[in-house]
Amino acid sequence: MAYTLKINGTAHNVDVDDDTPLLWVIRDVLGMTGTKFGCGAALCGACTVHIDGVATRSCITTVDSIGDSAITTIEALGATPQGSALQKAWLDLEVVQCGYCQSGQLMSAAALLAETPKPTDADIDSAMSGNVCRCGTYQRIRAAIKQAAEA
Amino acid sequence: MDTLHLDQQNSGLSGTSRRAFLKGSGLLLGFALVGGTTSTVFAASASQVTEEEVTAPFAPNGFIRIDPKGIVTLVMPMVEMGQGTYTSLAMLLAEELEVDLDQVQVQHAPPNNALYANAILQSQTTGLSSSVRAFWTPLRQAGAVGRTLMIAAAAKEWGADPATCKAAHGVVTDVSGSKRLSYGELADAAAKLPVPAADSVKLKDPKDFTLIGTPAKRVDSPMKVDGRAIYGIDTKLPGMRVAALAISPVFGGKPKTFDEKAALAVKGVHQVVTTDEAVAVVADHLGAAKKGLEAAAIQWEDGPNAKVNSADIVKQLEEKSRQPGAVARNEGDAEKALSAAAERIDAIYQVPFLAHATMEPMNCTVHMQKDSCDVWVGTQVPTLTQMVLEGVTGLPKEAIRIHNHLLGGGFGRRLEPDGTVLAVKIAKQVEGPVKVVWSREEDIQHDMYRPYYYDRLSAGLDADGKPVAWTHRIAGSSIFARYVPQLFVNGLDPDAVEGAAEPPYALPNIHVDYVQVEPPGVPTAFWRGVGPTHNIFVVESFMDELARAAKQDPVAYRKALLGNNPRALGVLTLAAEKAGWGPPLPSGQGRGVSVAFVFGSYVAQVAEVEVAADGAVKVKRIVCALDCGMSVNPNTIEAQMEGGSIFGLTAVLHGAITIKDGRVEQSNFDNYLPMRIDEVPVIETHLIKSAEAPGGIGEVPTAIVSAAVTNAIFAATGKRIRTLPVDPEMLKTST
Repeated sequence: MAYTLKINGTAHNVDVDDDTPLLWVIRDVLGMTGTKFGCGAALCGACTVHIDGVATRSCITTVDSIGDSAITTIEALGATPQGSALQKAWLDLEVVQCGYCQSGQLMSAAALLAETPKPTDADIDSAMSGNVCRCGTYQRIRAAIKQAAEA
Repeated sequence: MDTLHLDQQNSGLSGTSRRAFLKGSGLLLGFALVGGTTSTVFAASASQVTEEEVTAPFAPNGFIRIDPKGIVTLVMPMVEMGQGTYTSLAMLLAEELEVDLDQVQVQHAPPNNALYANAILQSQTTGLSSSVRAFWTPLRQAGAVGRTLMIAAAAKEWGADPATCKAAHGVVTDVSGSKRLSYGELADAAAKLPVPAADSVKLKDPKDFTLIGTPAKRVDSPMKVDGRAIYGIDTKLPGMRVAALAISPVFGGKPKTFDEKAALAVKGVHQVVTTDEAVAVVADHLGAAKKGLEAAAIQWEDGPNAKVNSADIVKQLEEKSRQPGAVARNEGDAEKALSAAAERIDAIYQVPFLAHATMEPMNCTVHMQKDSCDVWVGTQVPTLTQMVLEGVTGLPKEAIRIHNHLLGGGFGRRLEPDGTVLAVKIAKQVEGPVKVVWSREEDIQHDMYRPYYYDRLSAGLDADGKPVAWTHRIAGSSIFARYVPQLFVNGLDPDAVEGAAEPPYALPNIHVDYVQVEPPGVPTAFWRGVGPTHNIFVVESFMDELARAAKQDPVAYRKALLGNNPRALGVLTLAAEKAGWGPPLPSGQGRGVSVAFVFGSYVAQVAEVEVAADGAVKVKRIVCALDCGMSVNPNTIEAQMEGGSIFGLTAVLHGAITIKDGRVEQSNFDNYLPMRIDEVPVIETHLIKSAEAPGGIGEVPTAIVSAAVTNAIFAATGKRIRTLPVDPEMLKTST
């Protein structure tokens, strides 16, 4: 079935089955590879995008559930104030190791800051514990979120 | 499972074929304005990691490419999987080449053992925390060769004595400082000069280093915060299809029946392909491929391993470890000393199978053609992969092009080319390029696992509590016997006993042996920290048992046995001091210590834990002291101490792969639990300044953290953890 998806401010027409997860539309059909596949079951957060500003696991979000909502991916995160502050903090504190999970980490962190500009440790735990990092960059993620919140 | 022999890949080296690189939309351009100043400001539109194999007139060795536009490309012989290699190796080159780190781009090396072999591993292999150790001298020499040629070219142009000219920031200046030529301007002329031998050029005195030893920014960070970084799984090629696959749930089984028609009925599915062990569905996108795979409703022929269970594997280890093994070390007479000792302590330790669970699931893109095979993948072993594919494709090595990538985690998983071999078997049946992507379930259930080890230890103490006898028998699968059989001599696996055969302590009567026990139907492989991750846990736990039996403080007890080992004493003393070792913690809390010499580095950790009444363990703080010789990049070292500790902690608290009816029981992150942000402790690192040659880093904390934590659990609860992962049931005090 044909869908028109609004991604990063641009309309994209795709023709896929109704139950196709958004992740594969973004990555394979549209070729935007910044959003990552990690688990396919909303257990790791690597595929996190924003749908109308809400951090959403695209691996279990079917294309027929989106309607005309606005989708934001990591490629456009820097255009938002929270996103660019977080990216800067990520670089300042050298958060990244292998980097594979970091698109998802940043998307979750940006949604957190949009809703809670000055998050506590508990807020960070709650918003970020769905994002797995096997390199173990968590300590720096926490510090970078706090730095971005002060920016 | 294809049998791999690392030694074979060292023969018959050849030049690299220029790849017909089919670029997708991810074309990345390097930026470098030599002679000017650039900075890695955020949101730079270009990337410092290029997918392209760069050619340039100035290419004095395998590592440096400089073109007349001033683009400086450093070719990275080892792969970047998070450990910071692309930055630290680039720093070694840039220091001597006299360029700034933000003036260069780095490129993945093509497979070529002659140019890029790691001297420690004898091949182009990234592992064993050896990259900086192996390339410390060769890359500085390579950089110095480049600098020498640039200065010579400028001096020739000016008719000056090269000794009076100076290079810095990619520019050569004459004695007066008034004449300047950039490396770009000099590239063509320098390319025409004879290249001096690498060992004939003068290296900088470490006191003159301007880059090595500084917390330089990672070259790969900017592209990893905005989605530009390209991993193997991000490969895009014209006409490419994607495939989802299912491998026999029982190792060694094969597909029996499947509904091809139902799979093909799914929109976007093009083809169903089988191999001996797997079924793959090829489609326009992975959503369709996965749906097609489900529709195929595959039935399996389980084969000979259908009855394998974890309990039987452990029973086999328990029995076989009763017999003597291949001797790794024998000094004095441990048996005699044991029987004469005032007190005898015996213990059995066990550690489970572990999966790697890299964040980037296994994947590989292949374009198989009549007379060539192109492979896009992130691999720790490009040359081994190429060699193995000669057998799979029947093509000569020159026709097999490996396009390496950034790795979304390695941890040893990508030392194995099994996923690439399977992808090629699939691609042979597909017209055009195909990207094979494993589901997380396939990734966990068809990993090659850290072996289950079963250890028997005994020690004798004299009347003062000092150890006078130490015996340690290790039983488990031998990875070396499969991977590097030439190093598996007389039944001894050097990796399986590493960290056990040579504890840093003065132990007068010591006997360490190894019994090879291969589990049926469970493939084993290297896992971050390799032998030491298992052995340091066992040795440092048992040492703690001895200290407790002797009624002595665990730090003081170790110090007394480290008298001849100043660097080990140094890290132990520092970690204890920074952790505030000594004053007791509140009830239910405890501190534990661990110390080791691993991967060329000395390390000690003190962990602080709190154990709740329900047995839940909270690791609150980890203090690391490290003497890794000269630091190349202290920030990367700290990052590795943090991340490597968490990798080990995950295994201590959660990690276990178990087998039932020949199948791996775990499948995804809900039952093979990773540590998450709400669980992790504060980790602090204290570096000891040293002028010694650099040691390894990436696996060091993973190897040492387990014992620090379980020793802390003992301090908190009086309960000794001898089997991993920690079982909270065992620590419960409430009912």
